[in-house]
Formats: sequence, structure tokens, C-alpha cells
Amino acid sequence: MTNHWIDLKNADVILIMGANPAENHPLSFRWIMKAKDAGAKVICVDPRFTRSAAKSDLYAALRSGTDIAFLGGMINYIIQNKAYFEEYVKQYTNASYLVNGDFKMPGELAGLFSGYDPQKRSYDPKAWSFQKGADDSVRKDMTLLDPNCVFQLLKKHYSRYTPELVSRITGTPKEKLLEIYKLYASTGAPDKAGTSMYAMGWTQHTVGTQNIRTMSIIQLLLGNMGVAGGGVNALRGESNVQGSTDQGLLFHILPGYLPVPSADLKDLAAYNEKYTPKSKDPQSANWWQNRPKYIASYLKAIYGAKATKENDYGYAWLPKLDPGMNCSWLMIFDNMIKGKFKGFFAWGQNPACSGTNSNKVRNALAKLDWMVTVNIFDNETASFWKGPGMNPADVKTEVFLLPAAASFEKEGSISNSGRWAQWRYAAVKPLGSSKPDAEIIHELYQKLKSLYTKEGGALPEQLLNLTWNYGFKHADGSIHSVDPHLVAKEINGYFLEDVPDKKAPASMPPKMLGKKGELVGGFALLQADGSTSCGNWIYSQSYNEKGNMMARRGKKDPTGLGMFPEWSWCWPVNRRIIYNRASCDLDGKPFNQKKAVVYWNPAAVQPTGALGAWVGDVPDGPWPPMSDPKDGKKPFIMRADGVAAIFGPGMKEGPFPEHYEPLECPLAENMLSKQLNNPTIKLFKEADVKEDMVASCDPRFPYVASTYRVTEHWQTGVMTRNTPWLLELQPRLFVELSPELAKEKGIKSGDMVEVSSIRGSVEAAAMVTQRFKPFTIGDQVVHEVGMPYCYGWHTPNVGDSVNLLTPTVGDANTMIPETKAFMVGIKRKG
Amino acid sequence: MATTPTPFNADKRKGFLVDTARCIGCRSCQVACKQWNKLHADKTTNKGTFENPRDLTPALYNRIHFVESTTSDGGMSWQFFNERCMHCGEAGCMKVCPSPGALTRTKDGIVVFNKEKCISCKYCVSACPFNIPRYDDDDKVSKCHLCIDRVSNGLTPACAKACPTEALKFGNRDTLIASAKAANKTLYGENDLQGLGVVYALEGPPDQYGLPNKPSIPFSIFLWKDVIKPLGILGFWGSIGAVLLHYVTIGPKQLEEEHPRSEEDHHE
Repeated sequence: MTNHWIDLKNADVILIMGANPAENHPLSFRWIMKAKDAGAKVICVDPRFTRSAAKSDLYAALRSGTDIAFLGGMINYIIQNKAYFEEYVKQYTNASYLVNGDFKMPGELAGLFSGYDPQKRSYDPKAWSFQKGADDSVRKDMTLLDPNCVFQLLKKHYSRYTPELVSRITGTPKEKLLEIYKLYASTGAPDKAGTSMYAMGWTQHTVGTQNIRTMSIIQLLLGNMGVAGGGVNALRGESNVQGSTDQGLLFHILPGYLPVPSADLKDLAAYNEKYTPKSKDPQSANWWQNRPKYIASYLKAIYGAKATKENDYGYAWLPKLDPGMNCSWLMIFDNMIKGKFKGFFAWGQNPACSGTNSNKVRNALAKLDWMVTVNIFDNETASFWKGPGMNPADVKTEVFLLPAAASFEKEGSISNSGRWAQWRYAAVKPLGSSKPDAEIIHELYQKLKSLYTKEGGALPEQLLNLTWNYGFKHADGSIHSVDPHLVAKEINGYFLEDVPDKKAPASMPPKMLGKKGELVGGFALLQADGSTSCGNWIYSQSYNEKGNMMARRGKKDPTGLGMFPEWSWCWPVNRRIIYNRASCDLDGKPFNQKKAVVYWNPAAVQPTGALGAWVGDVPDGPWPPMSDPKDGKKPFIMRADGVAAIFGPGMKEGPFPEHYEPLECPLAENMLSKQLNNPTIKLFKEADVKEDMVASCDPRFPYVASTYRVTEHWQTGVMTRNTPWLLELQPRLFVELSPELAKEKGIKSGDMVEVSSIRGSVEAAAMVTQRFKPFTIGDQVVHEVGMPYCYGWHTPNVGDSVNLLTPTVGDANTMIPETKAFMVGIKRKG
Repeated sequence: MATTPTPFNADKRKGFLVDTARCIGCRSCQVACKQWNKLHADKTTNKGTFENPRDLTPALYNRIHFVESTTSDGGMSWQFFNERCMHCGEAGCMKVCPSPGALTRTKDGIVVFNKEKCISCKYCVSACPFNIPRYDDDDKVSKCHLCIDRVSNGLTPACAKACPTEALKFGNRDTLIASAKAANKTLYGENDLQGLGVVYALEGPPDQYGLPNKPSIPFSIFLWKDVIKPLGILGFWGSIGAVLLHYVTIGPKQLEEEHPRSEEDHHE
């Protein structure tokens, strides 16, 4: 989230699209209801009438996988009706930038942008470059009238997304589209805010990243970024998935969103050269120019005294990716089924149910020599060898199931969607021999360390040089148990030497940023010379000399906006709404005086003696507003040029989002262009792996299907299926379908039916409901059905995972699987 | 009809305000109740609806009824309604209960039960205008007691504590009603049966949620309580009266089997 949960109450219009917060984030509705109490309107767009739809003021159904068409139509509406916030668009975005004159768009190139290479299925982004002036700065037209400026290109691109055509693609009636466009566009007024709540309903598509990009463009056009009640807000699917992503969960990022180095970056200088953006614009803070400080401090945190200036702080020991290598979820199981892995840790996960195309996943697990599963319950992954279609005698995989402690049995922080890191305490001791994950990792580390020490092995430094100062030590140096406070302090970072303040005037003794051994007070104090350590720069300040900021429970709310600055701690530097200086005009006056996140007080005196300061939330940097020609800075500080990018920040599919059909879809042609599917997705071939079958426009599988969660179960249901009270509420797999489709297929509510895709089938109870309605797509009627993915065979009589049906295909940028739109058939059992 | 004098201090009466417009159907209330009251899970079947269990059971004191309908403009409506003991000001169950102490009212106005005093007569079942009391495997009465163990210790009932949206608000009944009126809510149960302990802010007519438009205690109960029972003081007539009451309220004895032990017996 750019904003946070409580901030939902400040919105004037809430757009719930690609999410179902009433069911999957129930607590969010506490704040949505408060917004409604204050007069806010709630819009819900979903293929199915959900519990969120039930609480919205305006609901529209759209066919799964057509969000870009829907939102592209909204961009068109906003521009045609001049509903955009002009000052914001001009000053805080790249709308005025001029793009090179050769640049062509999908309207001219049959659904493609300039620079496409069909052999490589990728673009050369040089074709999307900006025009540069003599001093290498980007040429702009502040009138936004130049036909090559981003704004005019945006207008031209989305002029194709007429309400009529969007209606034919999405199946949403034109009147409903216009009603929603009008309501949401009303937040373009400077003192109005619209917020976007999205989740997997947007991400789990072959165009997932671009779905969110489209909304980002809308939010920028309407001036909804950085303001209270605005933002683009990802509703994370697990209580701590924000935290785990922050801490380097994904294959391509180190903690704090530092890229994992690739093997061609031979040394730290090469890494820093590649990943440290440069800007000559004096008004751009270009925050990532500090990257070298963060990577050096990270290396010092993990390798300690072993990391020296001479050995590049141990950069060589960091694991490297081959250039262009992708190790995301889909690739792991693709490689596994091809026999490329010996072992696998399934830690706190249940891929046999959660993994798209679960038959592929389950068959892949059978190719392993060994698998360790760490979980609080036995599940379909740990027991895959005795699951449906498996002959235990034929499975050679040796499986270990380690009992993990549940969240209530361990201490530590969790970071919620709003980036609030909140400290929690163990409520009870772990049951039986179950242990907190950190203890299990710790034992594993001790064992590996002793084996490497005794027996040697390939690249032992990676492991042997790690710092491991997490608790009380026995005489032999082994640690008694892991202390989560010491882990949190390592993440926050230490001064490893006395670090003088080089900017302070000379004095005796010299003014210090920090003394050796002290906890770092924030990432602005981190150094690139090895004098500081920091496990994750964005968490620097979270556990400092004043104590554990994450454990704070202060209830003051000075702005009245629900930011509660003394409740827990949020990254970065306790800033509750990021890009908050964009909520003010060039002089630092808030666009919405009643809901001012920050404002510039020119009379305030800073500790340094300087005049003028920001008041309110922690601002995006202390600099004066942009009207100060000398020190003023632009608000989007994480962008090298200081402005938000309406024209693409390096997406695979091009600089503007374009509608493409899901890989499996009911249409033979894309109504917008000749390009049916996303031209840059990786295609997994059935010829390589038989499970990678796809059936588009296949009469055997004529219905669009989507998967989702329900309030009553969580993820694949490992925890909730083992909680009888919850199984009582939702006892087995069901499929929701419209009365029209049910009639066609002779299905009655409560009947058992078989739902199949080309990859597999599941048995489900039919739930015939008017909450699904047939779509009119072009000139044909298209039915959609939906199923929850919270079941699995390991629980008796609940049905198996619907991911047996979903395809192996992912978004072009993230490779998140497309489980929200695929094709199935349905028939009554018996 | 004669009215029973209010046996509790109405100013101090506690209750719920159920605002259906705020309810998102998450059913935290259902689960929190089971957890606090240590009620076992019922085995259920998906019969084509989100709603499960399909009725209150001895182990389910409150539940959300899902009401799906189409609106006049062709749109959809999906409403969520919390069903439970209403803790009526004039409680049919208490009125009819022949066993002193089995059903009693606390000073807060909460109608509580004592299984040890219950004589399994099931009169309360017939006397309830809302079809709430259920009988457990030991044939003893079972229903929402508004977490009397929590309330008497200054805590909020488990269901309201768990409700994320304040759809289920617990507190002083007068205060809750005043706040709902200030918000222009249409109330159900403010005055019926001397005021329900559970007052609803509904978005539609009561029958849409399966509520009686004008709840009342069955005439037979009035007959028992206000006509036959006073006669019963004479002794002999009491037993005749009880037989009579059994016949008019419960009917011939096979009805006992009609009361479901589990939702399996219930179909839409």
C-alpha cells in the first residue's frame, strides 16, 4: 500500500477492483464503513457479485481478464471529459515529456508498440525513449499539446477504448461503465481523493502488472497519489507477506528491494554502476543514488568483520543469477519436473494445492530425491506421495515433515499491507516438538556449518562467513536459542565504527552521526564505506537506541487522519503515506486543506537553524517544496527524474498498458487488435512437459473460470480445514454458476458436478446463484464460473484443489500465474 | 392484553444493535461465539449456498442468514442477517417455563438459561416468536445467553468483540437506540414485546429477513400464563393445565422428532 488500512476512511470514492476485501480483508471494512459514514461512495467491479459488492454503492460485473479494457476506458473518459487534475499532471508526472518521433503504438502496429522482436518475444525499450535536449535533459512541453508528448500519446492510445468497444470486450453494460467512470473521475477535483483497493484479482493474470499500471495512471491523472484517502493499495494476502517481500522473499531481490546481482556484474563497483541511477536535475532527490550505502551496509550485516573494503565487502560470496535468469515459482516447478533439482524445502507453503497446474507440481515433487516440509499441519505437499494418482511404491522422494510453531507461539514482527511493522509476543509455548521457524533455520545452519567445517565443500565461504549473533552462546560457540530482538537489531543496523558527521562544522570533539556499537537511527545515516551495517535499509530506524519502535502502542493521532505515528512503526522512516509531498502544491500548500497529510510551514525553525519545515506525516525528505528554486525537490523521490511515470517505467509489454486476452480465453480474436495474447509472456510448451497443456476457444472447455478465496478459509486451507469451526461454515469445494448456465447444463443447486480444464478435473457442489450472470461479449454469450482454492484431498470429503485446473503461464514481468482467468467445462455427476 | 411488569431496570438494560447495512457476512460472530462458549462444530454439507449451518443448533447460538435477491432495477442484493435470541422484554420462553430458575433474566435484562434446572419440556420452543431455543443431546435448552459470563465481568460478548465493522454493537440499550435514531436508521424491535434486547437496523422489510412483521407471543401462551396458570394455583388444575398447554403449544408428541439435531435435516 502507498497508504494504509485506516486511511481508507479518508477516501471520497473507493474503487474495489481485483479484490474482495469484505471476504478476504474483513477488517478493511471497518474503515470503509467509516468512509461511508462520512459520505464516501464505494464501487465494486468483479465478475461475481461478492460480499464486497453487496456493500458497495455501485457494482459492475466484468469478464475475468478484461481489467485493462475497463480501466483504459476510464482513462479515455477522464481525458475526454477533462476530469484530470491538470496542475498535478503537469508538475508531478512525466506527462509533459516528449517521446521520440518514431515511436508507434498498438493502434498503428496491430496491437504492438515499436521495438518488438517476435523471435525473442520481447521489446527493445530503446524504441520508447524520450527526446533529449543539448544538455542531455528530457525535452518537455508544459502545455501538453505537442503530439509527441506523453499526455497526447496517452490520449491517442486510449481513444481506442471507447465505451462501446470496452462494453463489448468486458461484458459490462455501457451505461454502467459510464456511471462508474463519472463517479471515480469526480476524485480529480483537487480536494477529493479516490483510493484503489486491489489484490490477486489484478495480479494473477498474464497482464497482472499492467493491470496495476493502468490504475496507477488513473491515480496520477486524478492527483490521487500521496494524498489522504488515495493511493494504489495492494491488499496483501497474508498477514506478513509484506514483511517477507521486504525481507527478500523473492528470487530477484535482496532485502530492501536491492536487486539480486547477476553473474556478469563481477564486482561491487559494476553492481553499483548498473543499479545506481544518476540525475543532473537539481530538483530531483533521486533517492536510489544512495544504493551503494545500502548494499555495502547489507553486506556488512551478513558477513560482518569478514567483509572488508579489500574483498569488496564479500560481494563475491553473494549468490548470483545468470544474466536474464528467472527463478520464480513457475520456473522452479518447471525445472523440478525436468529433473533439475535434487532437494526442495517447502517451508510454510503447500504447493501441491497452491501451485497453479497442481498436477505438474505434484508430479514434479515425485522427481526429487528429498523434500523437507515445514508446516503446522500435515498437508497435500508433505503427503503428496500417497495422494490421488500416486503410487507410493513408485515415488522415490524422501519426505521430512518438520513441525513448525504457529504465529501465536513465537515472538517477532509482522508487517501489514500498510507497511506497519508491529511487534508481537508469544502467547503460548510451542506444542510438542514444534519450533519457531527461526529455531529450525538456526539448527540447520549449525549443522551445515559443522559439516562444511569438517568436510569442506563447494563455496564454503558463503555459509562460513555469515554473521550469526542471535543469542546467548554456549562455551563451544553454539547459540542457545535465537533471540528475535537481536535479529531485529541486525535488520535495523549498527554503527561499526565511530562515524563523524562530515557535514557539521568542525568542532572539538567532532560531531558524530553515531558511535561504534550504537544502533543506526535511520537509513540516512548509512555509509558505503563499511562503517555501518544494516540488514534491510528500509527497516533502518525500526529498532534504534530509543528502543523497539515496532513495539510502540501510542494512540496519539495529531492530524486526525488516522496515521497514529506512535503506534508501531512503518517503513520508510515511519512515513504513513508515501509520496506525501505530492499532496501539496508547488508552495507546499495542501490541495485538500481539510485532510492535509503534510504542509510546508515557512516560519518553522529546524534543529539545524534553517527556516521552514514540513508539518504532519514524515515527509518524503526534508527539502522545501518545488517553488524553492535552490533547494526545492520534486515529490516522487524514488524516480531518478523526481516525477511519476505515466509513460512506462520499464514494463515488458510497453510504456502504456494495452488489453490482451488471457492465454486461455473464449475469443478467437482480440476486439482491440490483431494481437490476441500478451506478446511478451513466456510460453510453456506441451512438447517439453505434457502437463503444460492449454485449450483456448476449445468447445470442450467453453466457460471462463476464476479462482478465489472465501472469508472462512485461508490460502489452501491447511490451517482452516483443520479448524472444525471453519469447516462447518464452508464444508467443501463448490462452484458458483449462473441459473442460466445451470439450466443449460441440467444442474441444480447442491448437485455434485465435475469441473474440468484440459489439465485436470475436480468434483464440486454446484452453487447456482444470480450473483453470476452471463456476459454478452461481442455478439456471443459467455458464461463464467468461480471456485475457491482452499480445499485439498488431505481433508476427507472436501474435494481437491482447483489449481488442478489452472494453467502454467505467468505475467510477463513477475511470472505470477494466471489463475484468475482460464477455461473449463462443467457437467453434472451421475 | 395484560402486560408483565418489567422485572429489570430498563435504564440499565443492555443489548445489541444489529446494523445490517454494516454487516459483511464474515461470520466472525458465529465462530467467536463457538470459541468462547466451547461449542463443538456441527458437521455440515454444502447444499448450494454460503449459509452453513442452515439453522441454529444447540451448538450454534448465533448465525448469519444470507438473503440473496434481485432488486427492482435488475441489480442484485445480498444481505446478511444475524439470527439469535432476541432477549425479549416480554419473553415468551420465560413466561411459559414451568421450572423456576431454568430461564431467568439478569438485572441487565439478559435472558439466561440454567441447564440443571431445565426439565426438558420444550415449552419455551413453542413460546418463542422467533424460533430460537434448541435442545442439546442431553435434552436441555440451549441458546444465546449474551455471553453472560463475559458481560458480568465487564467484557463485551464474544460476537460483538469479534465483529470488524461494528455491525454488531453491544451496550446500553437506550444509548444504542438513540445513536441509531440519530443516524436515521429504521429500527425493528424497539417496542415490540416490551422491547427486544436485540434491536435491528434493517435495510428492508422484516419478512425479507424471516422476521415476523409484528412479533408476538402465541395466543396459547397468553392463555397459559394469564388464564390457565393462575387457575393452576388451585393444584389439580395445574396438571390439567400443563397437559392442555402441551397440546396447544407443542401438539401431539411426534413433533419432538421434527426438531433437527443437525442442519442435515433442513432443506431450502
